[in-house]
Amino acid sequence: MSAHNSHDVLRRDPRAEWIARNRLHPLHGSVVSADMGEVRGPTGLLRKNPHKVGFIGPNGIKRIDRLKGNAAGAGKGRRSSAAQDIQLPLHQVENPDFYVVVVPDMVGGRLTAHDKDVIGQAHKLIAGAEGNGAVLAVCFGQSKEEHFDTAGVDRLLLLEDEYYEGYCPEQRLAALVQVESAYKPLFWLFPDSVNGGSDLGSRLAARIGERPAVQAWLVDSDTSVCRGAGGTTDITRSTPRLLMLAEECADPIDETRHEALPVELDLVPAVIAQLQDRGQVAVDPNAISLAEAEFILSAGNGIHNWDQFHSAAAVLGATEGASRVAVDDGFMPRFRQVGATGTWVTARVYLAVGISGAIQHMQGIGQCDKVIAINTDAGCDMVKRAALSVIGDSEAILGELIKLAEDFRAQQSAGGDRDAA
Amino acid sequence: MPSNLPEVIGMQPNQFNVDVANKLKVVSLVSVGKHPQSGRMRRADQDSRAVELGLKLTGDNHSGESLTVLHAGDPSEPSLRSYAGMGLKSVRVLQLDPAADAILPLGQHLQQCGADIVLTGVRAESGESSGMVPYQLAEKLGWPIVPRVADIVSVKGGVAEVLQALPRGQRRSVMVRLPFIASVDSAAPEARQSAFGPASRALMDIEVVSASVDDVRQAWEEAAARKRPKRLKVVKAKTAAERFKAATAKSQGDGGKVMKNESAAEQAQAIFDLLKEEGVLR
Repeated sequence: MSAHNSHDVLRRDPRAEWIARNRLHPLHGSVVSADMGEVRGPTGLLRKNPHKVGFIGPNGIKRIDRLKGNAAGAGKGRRSSAAQDIQLPLHQVENPDFYVVVVPDMVGGRLTAHDKDVIGQAHKLIAGAEGNGAVLAVCFGQSKEEHFDTAGVDRLLLLEDEYYEGYCPEQRLAALVQVESAYKPLFWLFPDSVNGGSDLGSRLAARIGERPAVQAWLVDSDTSVCRGAGGTTDITRSTPRLLMLAEECADPIDETRHEALPVELDLVPAVIAQLQDRGQVAVDPNAISLAEAEFILSAGNGIHNWDQFHSAAAVLGATEGASRVAVDDGFMPRFRQVGATGTWVTARVYLAVGISGAIQHMQGIGQCDKVIAINTDAGCDMVKRAALSVIGDSEAILGELIKLAEDFRAQQSAGGDRDAA
Repeated sequence: MPSNLPEVIGMQPNQFNVDVANKLKVVSLVSVGKHPQSGRMRRADQDSRAVELGLKLTGDNHSGESLTVLHAGDPSEPSLRSYAGMGLKSVRVLQLDPAADAILPLGQHLQQCGADIVLTGVRAESGESSGMVPYQLAEKLGWPIVPRVADIVSVKGGVAEVLQALPRGQRRSVMVRLPFIASVDSAAPEARQSAFGPASRALMDIEVVSASVDDVRQAWEEAAARKRPKRLKVVKAKTAAERFKAATAKSQGDGGKVMKNESAAEQAQAIFDLLKEEGVLR
């Protein structure tokens, strides 16, 4: 019995156990590394030695890599990732089977968001058709756009001659007709916008005898859904060759880079224009509704010289706006109020004088591109929002600004007379 | 800009000078409108502005002598009379089948009656509302088309000076030789009220014409407008840190240039330069 038991008795070596427990013991390494295989506890459970996990980092601190080596690059790239420019994969079309032509608006010489949506739609149409197609963008006038490649343009036809400048729909139409005969595009896409896309598209449709889909918002290569009856009905129809697309018709291209190879067009004959552009006419800025004004000079509590403010608006050619305080105090009419309770403005440039920026006001100017603040308080919300903030007395700064603008107007009229002469 | 142009065009009706007004022949094309909220038939907004502009061109005191208001479609439509209620003696109607294509008979009629200026709305409020009618007529007749007209300032020696409505309330001046077609924008002067008595007394001058049926349209399906899905801001982040950044980053918190200690003249100069760079000082 005792002999039988002596076989089962687990002989413990208390000294070895003690050394194994004591990591600082000089023999610790040899004792622990002796049993490298899996260690099972008295109940048969697999035991892990936590002291063996991980490694000692460069500054003497133990690091445990729990990502199992998956985060190889993450630690390194952390600092540099902000500066790193991600190169999108290049989408190349060699010898395209067909073309989809997009005629962007190019407001101010740049692709608008609407234009980019239309280019995205063009790629969707190419994906739905057989063969490999290319998006050909036809751009009129001086182009300032630098990112045709990431917008999704495969081929680029820039018509920058002087006779495409200004309002010349007939000359542009002649060029488009030439594109039609040269490229025989599978689809013609225009943005259905007031910036000229709708006009040019309608002209081309009438000239080449296509029946266009107008205000199309859900388009694939077979069927398209367009708004009809002033936007109150949906017309489902087969997709025609010429489409005028509503805003947000498709998602813009953002995951690929495209070639934007320049292409040439044979000389377009100069058309005898029946419409003669006489240029833009000066408009009374205060007759433009506040919601669509391009340039707003807005007044708040910091204005004390109201006559000066009105003359500044007049000489700058800005539409007047006001904060709620200025309206409540009776200095400005209620319809001039900008903000959540007043008008939500879409101005490109918003010059806020003496407005510190209540949240309701900031909501109202959410869509403005460039905000300029004149304020005495450098810590106010308007200064944080503004692209250019000027800290100082509004009366003095407005006075200087009026002087500059008056000089500019005087030069302009002198120059205009010289041009006319 | 030439000096004879008006410097400032406000909302006030400006003085209109026509030296050939007695010979000028204006045709306003009208359609049956639909109220955007109630869906009731009415006079179309832009078309009634076209009639108003036509009345201004031909002079009200002649009670619309050389203005023809023309409609192609069903003459028994009651909302047509509300155009007549703007002070017209009669409304010309080319009676057509509702499914017919109106372009051909309209073009023939315009050519026969020798119109100088044809005014239409930009887009109809019912039907396809593609806005193609003025373009197709212009192509058929070989006339120029001026889209989105806000006003016709003058007609002198067979040349009209037209103000076009641009986005953001801007106006462009365009010279065009008669005859031409213009589509009238919503920025044009608002139409006068329609009076019920004159509207019911007005004569409907009906001419029955035949036109081919618009076959293409028969295959279309029309339904009430579906609500369009709103575009969501999609964050294409690959790691949790990027997602966190996209969710918490302030969209407008980058902060611009702050000028604190400069003199007022320097500060004003900086503002002025920015305004010029943005192109808002014209």
